[in-house]
Amino acid sequence: MCLAIPGQLLEFVDEANRLARVDVAGVVRNVNVGLLDVDGESARAGDWVLIHVGFALSKVDEEEAMATLRMLQGMGADYEAELEELKASVIE
Amino acid sequence: MSCTSDTHCITCSDEGVSMRVIELLGDGIACCAGADGAPAEVMVDLVGPVEPGDTLLVHAGGCSPNRGRGAAAAMKYVDEYRDAELGRVLAGEIVAIVEPGREYKIMEVCGGHTHTIYKYGVDDLLPANVELVHGPGCPVCVIPMGRVDDAISVAHIPGVIFTCFGDMMRVPGGSGTLLEAKARGADVRMVYSPLDALRIARENPDREVVFFAVGFETTAPSTALTLKRAKAEGTPNFSCFSNHVTIVPPLRALLESPDLRLDGFVGPGHVSTVVGARPFEFIPADYGKPVVISGFEPLDLLQSVYMVLRQLVEGRCEVENQYARVVPADGNPAALAVLEEVFELRPHFEWRGLGFISHSGLKLSAAYAELDAELRFEIPGVRVADPKACQCGEVLKGVIKPWECKVFGTACTPERPIGTCMVSSEGACAAYYNYGRFAREREVV
Repeated sequence: MCLAIPGQLLEFVDEANRLARVDVAGVVRNVNVGLLDVDGESARAGDWVLIHVGFALSKVDEEEAMATLRMLQGMGADYEAELEELKASVIE
Repeated sequence: MSCTSDTHCITCSDEGVSMRVIELLGDGIACCAGADGAPAEVMVDLVGPVEPGDTLLVHAGGCSPNRGRGAAAAMKYVDEYRDAELGRVLAGEIVAIVEPGREYKIMEVCGGHTHTIYKYGVDDLLPANVELVHGPGCPVCVIPMGRVDDAISVAHIPGVIFTCFGDMMRVPGGSGTLLEAKARGADVRMVYSPLDALRIARENPDREVVFFAVGFETTAPSTALTLKRAKAEGTPNFSCFSNHVTIVPPLRALLESPDLRLDGFVGPGHVSTVVGARPFEFIPADYGKPVVISGFEPLDLLQSVYMVLRQLVEGRCEVENQYARVVPADGNPAALAVLEEVFELRPHFEWRGLGFISHSGLKLSAAYAELDAELRFEIPGVRVADPKACQCGEVLKGVIKPWECKVFGTACTPERPIGTCMVSSEGACAAYYNYGRFAREREVV
């Protein structure tokens, strides 16, 4: 549960509840991006974010996202388990 | 060709040097040459297949054969680092900067770091006098058995759907696990996110849906935002059994502990994304020890260890941020604001192995009391002493290494854990069991 997985924000699906669709290694699910609303700025389509338990924790650049993804993929079973849990997630 | 080193045995030296394979000599030995061209015999049996022309990091921090083999095993992982050459350079710089004869004990606080260290053999790249001590930063590992029993008790209340993260299903309380409670008929469901638990509540208006919230400041804002939404939209059948904890009090408790001498800390990455660097300033200010907030890649950890050592060698102590590419100095203001609104500090909270620590746990604030499972249901408040054989407490305090626990790998395994440290993949025992020297040495045998 402690992993933060990089994903790319595709579009907002529920602005009021700060829910956006993200693509995490090909798995597309809704997550909350409200924690990125800081100083009038918020996450936008195309942004790379680190996602933890269904919430985007921080914005990262694409290089950082790719490097993190490579490292997670290298972890094998633990990363696979996290992705399976994400696949089962239906946030609305 | 003759392959001898007339000055010293390279696998017994305390150097970390980049060497090129010249010739395979059989029996896991290769003839290698360093920058000066001098040939040396190097054990490569655990590096995997090597061929002439491959570059290896040859480093060993002692003269025991196992240590030499461990060092060789670590080499293959260096090539998986984001920048393998930088990894080699850093390992060499760490060897160069430490003072021989001085012992360095550095605690990595975060379970994610522990995982990376064992997975990528980071500790095997360090000289023998630099020891990484694993801290209490795995949220699953620090849950006391009594709180698991409390959770199971709530899960068995008729009409309750009890939701939790996957890791928590297998954590043993005094009366079994949530997974076993599920087998006995309790409606326990694994969720990826607290927002999934809230959706389940919306879909089951005639049932009480309880979310078993665990985690440090990394996870607590997610629970807080979920509670905020539950309150705003009015989902009266949703509640939260909060076991959230904060990172600073256990660190202070460890620093006050008489049986543990630490020289510095590798600070947590994701927690710091939320809280920033400032909360750790008490460590240099009050205890004179350096802190370096670190990322999660092996190269990040190697660099952070180097930064801690450099502070020690230069006689400095401050909070440095190796993970500045993700961690802002002030943390995440939106997350801190919602934590402040939804939670308040408990007077004290029990930690597995560490006992009660003041102001270390979060409960729902008065404004959110209506969503507090501890007020909605009768919680037994079970206190359970850890099993005698289990030494999770000493592992969490860094007093002993996972493999020094009496039941490690025998009675306590990831398949049948006795202690929490063996449950989560971020737990020191599970990480070591899966990736550590124990596994490697078994391969050797």
